[in-house]
Amino acid sequence: MSDTPTLCCKEAHLMIDALQYPFMQRALVVGVCLGALASYYGAFVVQRRMSFLGVGLSHAAFGGIALGLLLGIEPFWVAVPFTVGVGWAIAWISDHGPLTSDTAIGILFAVAIALGVVLLSYRQQYTADAFTYLFGSILAVEAFDVGVLLALVVGTAALAPLWPRWAYATFDRTLARADGVPVQRDDLMLITCIAITVVAAVKLVGAILVTAFLVVPAATARLHARSFRTMTLGAMGVGTTTAVAGLFASFYLDWPSGAAIILMQALVFSLALAVSYR
Amino acid sequence: MAQAPVIQVNRLSVDRGRRRVIDHVTFNVEAAAFVAVVGPNGAGKTTLLHTLLGLVEPSDGTVRVLGHPPGRDAPRIGYVPQVKTLDRTFPAEVIDLVCSGLTHAWPFWRTQSATEQARAALQTVGAADLATALLSDLSGGELQRVYLARCLVHEPELLLLDEPATGVDATGAADLYELLDRYQADHDATIVMVTHDWNAAYHHATDVLLLDGRCISYGPPQKALGADPLREAFGHVGHAHAMLQGGPPHD
Repeated sequence: MSDTPTLCCKEAHLMIDALQYPFMQRALVVGVCLGALASYYGAFVVQRRMSFLGVGLSHAAFGGIALGLLLGIEPFWVAVPFTVGVGWAIAWISDHGPLTSDTAIGILFAVAIALGVVLLSYRQQYTADAFTYLFGSILAVEAFDVGVLLALVVGTAALAPLWPRWAYATFDRTLARADGVPVQRDDLMLITCIAITVVAAVKLVGAILVTAFLVVPAATARLHARSFRTMTLGAMGVGTTTAVAGLFASFYLDWPSGAAIILMQALVFSLALAVSYR
Repeated sequence: MAQAPVIQVNRLSVDRGRRRVIDHVTFNVEAAAFVAVVGPNGAGKTTLLHTLLGLVEPSDGTVRVLGHPPGRDAPRIGYVPQVKTLDRTFPAEVIDLVCSGLTHAWPFWRTQSATEQARAALQTVGAADLATALLSDLSGGELQRVYLARCLVHEPELLLLDEPATGVDATGAADLYELLDRYQADHDATIVMVTHDWNAAYHHATDVLLLDGRCISYGPPQKALGADPLREAFGHVGHAHAMLQGGPPHD
């Protein structure tokens, strides 16, 4: 019994220790912002059965980042238009013609990653960077990334009035269109927001793992939500808390940050699943 | 001056890919009419409704709804889609769906007045007890009533209904048509209803549009659902026509 307060104090000290490192402060700000943003958009991704879109966009982001590294430009500025372009191409192919979106994604994400690998083969010295972008690193987060994430949070908050329209089209596109909602334009807006969030996530989480940020918190919230509103808010709650827990695990256990956060998400998802089947 | 028709369709053709789904269809729907659209599978009934809603572009011809090109007057129109297209995995309570008919978007928060209006609409369709039920838990018939409440909640002047009685038992269907008749009488509303139920068309509609890609017949039920047009649309008439003659048409 007498050990408990001592243990708590020790844990608190450890947390304060971690917070003294500027890289950890940056990682926490980025992690919390990403947890909230990706989960917010993740509610739409999960409910629209677009999980594979996250895979497609994150791999496209990798291709764009490789291009940025090769050109010597900040990868973010190359990856954003590249990833948004791939997202729009996926939407266009699935809207016009006989191919479904999963086929369009299957084609474009493989092409993007192949392009990234070919581009990186020209500049051997960047392979270490490429590894960071594939699996994510807590140390890679810079002040620039913090700025990007904070700007994205402000942008998403400004676009909050789109939630009711996106949610309506998620429920039933035909009904939303019949009610005058510009569904196709809104879809492009949503894909753009998701694409930018994915690019912003790649440094911390890694291109391979970023899909989990879009899918796992929203899937966890879906298990117990009675409304799309509670699913969205629940996903954001799960996304932010698992980001914080995962980053501390990453700091103390020396795990890769993206993997640590995703294992936390998986733990919460498993608990939610166990409770829902009880 | 006579009131302009609520719906004016002039030589409308709609193509889906290389297939012509609707071929030079012309008809007008007058204010306060109850038009039943009947025809075999693939006759273009739902496509016609989607064209009136502005969801499908005409390949040829002109369409005017409430005096404007389609898609301009969503708040004045109530639409009941085919329930079989519903995504049952979407997390929502019935009251949220009904409120979406008021806000023309999915409600994040429900205002007190929207909630009260939605509850009143559910009461009208006899589904007051379903307000807090999850959509995923509803039967087909219950869902139809909820969709009807959603359609009526903003008191539209034009109702476009796509097989609103699918999955509803015979008593429920009779209640539904009675409800539509009552709403129409109370609000001077105009109704266009796609249906496979010839009996409902015969006994509740003021006019019937018999469609098979092209317009086979359009007019009062007795004339439009005569043996010749039915044979032309369906190939044979069978027992259904005898059944139709069992009672008087719309009075």
